[in-house]
Amino acid sequence: MGRYLLRRLLQLVPVFIGTTFLIYWLVWSVPGDPFAGKCGDRGCPPNYRAMMTEKYHLDDSIWVQYASYMKNLFQGDFGITFGGREISDIIATSYPNTLKLAVVALAIEAIIGLGAGVLTGLRRNGFLDNLVLISTLFLIALPVFVIGFVLQWLLGVKWGIVNPTVSNEMRFSELIVPGFVLGSASMAYIARVARTSIAENRRADYVRTAIAKGLPMRRVVGVHLLRNSLIPVVTLLGTDLGALMGGAIVTEGIFGINGIGRQVLRAIVTKESATVVGIVVVLVLVYLVMNLLVDLLYAALDPRIRYE
Amino acid sequence: MSEQSAPGADGSGRPSGRLLEVDGLRVEFRTRDGVAKVINGVTYHVDAGETLAVLGESGSGKSVTAQTIMGILDTPPGFVTGGQVRFHGKDMLKMSAEQRRRIRGEGIAMIFQDSLSALNPVFTVGFQIAEQFRIRRGLSRSDAKKRAIEMLDQVKIPNAKGRYSNYPHQFSGGMRQRAMIAMSLALDPEVLIADEPTTALDVTVQAQIMDLLGELQRERQMGMILITHDLGVVADVADRIAVMYAGRIVEEADVYDLYAKPAHPYTLGLLNSIPRMDEKGQELRTIKGLPPNLMNIPPGCAFNPRCPMAQPVCREKVPPLLQLGRGRASACHFAEELVNRD
Repeated sequence: MGRYLLRRLLQLVPVFIGTTFLIYWLVWSVPGDPFAGKCGDRGCPPNYRAMMTEKYHLDDSIWVQYASYMKNLFQGDFGITFGGREISDIIATSYPNTLKLAVVALAIEAIIGLGAGVLTGLRRNGFLDNLVLISTLFLIALPVFVIGFVLQWLLGVKWGIVNPTVSNEMRFSELIVPGFVLGSASMAYIARVARTSIAENRRADYVRTAIAKGLPMRRVVGVHLLRNSLIPVVTLLGTDLGALMGGAIVTEGIFGINGIGRQVLRAIVTKESATVVGIVVVLVLVYLVMNLLVDLLYAALDPRIRYE
Repeated sequence: MSEQSAPGADGSGRPSGRLLEVDGLRVEFRTRDGVAKVINGVTYHVDAGETLAVLGESGSGKSVTAQTIMGILDTPPGFVTGGQVRFHGKDMLKMSAEQRRRIRGEGIAMIFQDSLSALNPVFTVGFQIAEQFRIRRGLSRSDAKKRAIEMLDQVKIPNAKGRYSNYPHQFSGGMRQRAMIAMSLALDPEVLIADEPTTALDVTVQAQIMDLLGELQRERQMGMILITHDLGVVADVADRIAVMYAGRIVEEADVYDLYAKPAHPYTLGLLNSIPRMDEKGQELRTIKGLPPNLMNIPPGCAFNPRCPMAQPVCREKVPPLLQLGRGRASACHFAEELVNRD
């Protein structure tokens, strides 16, 4: 296990370098003068130009630029925006918000999606099963912004049950609706995967054995059946955290959450390349770590998978 | 059913002091393609300390009967449409789900054919045995573990303590079946149903497992129902044999009687199809034809299309299972002639 972990961690290095280089290269290769429009109508003063050019090695090749960026990055220096603000500061304020939102979304996905999947998998073709099949189809088919605006209007404006937008405190109760919106599509997939998995394993021989042992039904389902059926669901949930964080742009926009989605969008529009790279690099890290965790969890759930 | 009059069954449903009785059981599978009559009035019984072998080819209904006894029949598609399954004289088919659950494991336990798929792959073998002590007997984790290791020891698994925390896939086939036996015997059942316990094993291991089963059955004075399609397997272990065909018992007899003088042409065909050393090099004898389609069982005796002795009466009348004396019964119109010929 230890050796496996070490190997997997080493594998992360080339993936990390590869993805961050691609991002860096793409973002800084956007055609046009990086200083255009940065300093109002007059254009930037020469000493400012010189300073930023030197800071980001804009006169050197992309390799040198990337190498120096990474060198700074490993010293904890994400660089500064053209306006002079520390990018690490932007990341520090926006990341926790997005993370909170994503975790709430993930929890809603796991609870509702898994619950619906288990119930319908045990009783297929019933009323609940049809209800879940139709509603998940809706959630998968509707774009996030439609679900977001409809719920915001219905719950927030028309019925006034919740605040239409999220305050800066990011209270948990405020995040339920945005979390539901963000996680809706994945929740539908989880429900369906869990349903199929439960239904498949329900007829498995080991479930029959568990029943033949005279175990109560809730233990047969809750222990023997669930543990086996969870394996595909866990994969889906684990890899989803990264996707949720990266995919929160629309949800954050609708509910006015100051998260990375918003920051990235703003940075792209204003050509703040260093900000875009900084935020995405952290996102890549989240992805990689989550994938590793999922693989390790896999082994914990299914002992037949052995890591040598 | 009126034609059912096998030993031990009087058809009245009165308790008869038997440990486990199946009486006139009927089961059908309702599928999209039609209704398959899988069990058509099966009657047999097993008492404490004896082993009944239920013999038959695939599709004869021997496993479905066992599943119905255990209450693990897949419903749908399987439905019990008649008959009784009496445990200590009480009809289990009329019991509540909770009453039936309590009988499982403690009253009647079951060993399955394929131990790799029958054991849960994600839990250790020890956990799956200890689980019963914890859930059914309310023992603590450590006590349950101790008892589970004892069970593994009883089925002669070497290094039981070390094997406790192995997963099913880390066991060999024979060891896994031993673990399966340990699991089924954990709660000291009165009846053990072994559904083709050796089919998935090597021939050498088969004998070891059968010996172990026989030994444990004698030690614990259990009633055992041994389901098999292998005549060679049952000879040493079984006291009585019930032969099934198309969801009915076609012959029932003591082991020696059945081998010496089969009273049904199907049994005769089965015995003749055992390969023999003195016929080495010759073509194997088989029963011609195929088992009947259970959605369309032939009228009269279900075996008549394959029977070398078939007469017109066999296509018209279902032969009842009639007593032939000395605890044997046969469902053949010509049973007397078969037994008395020389």
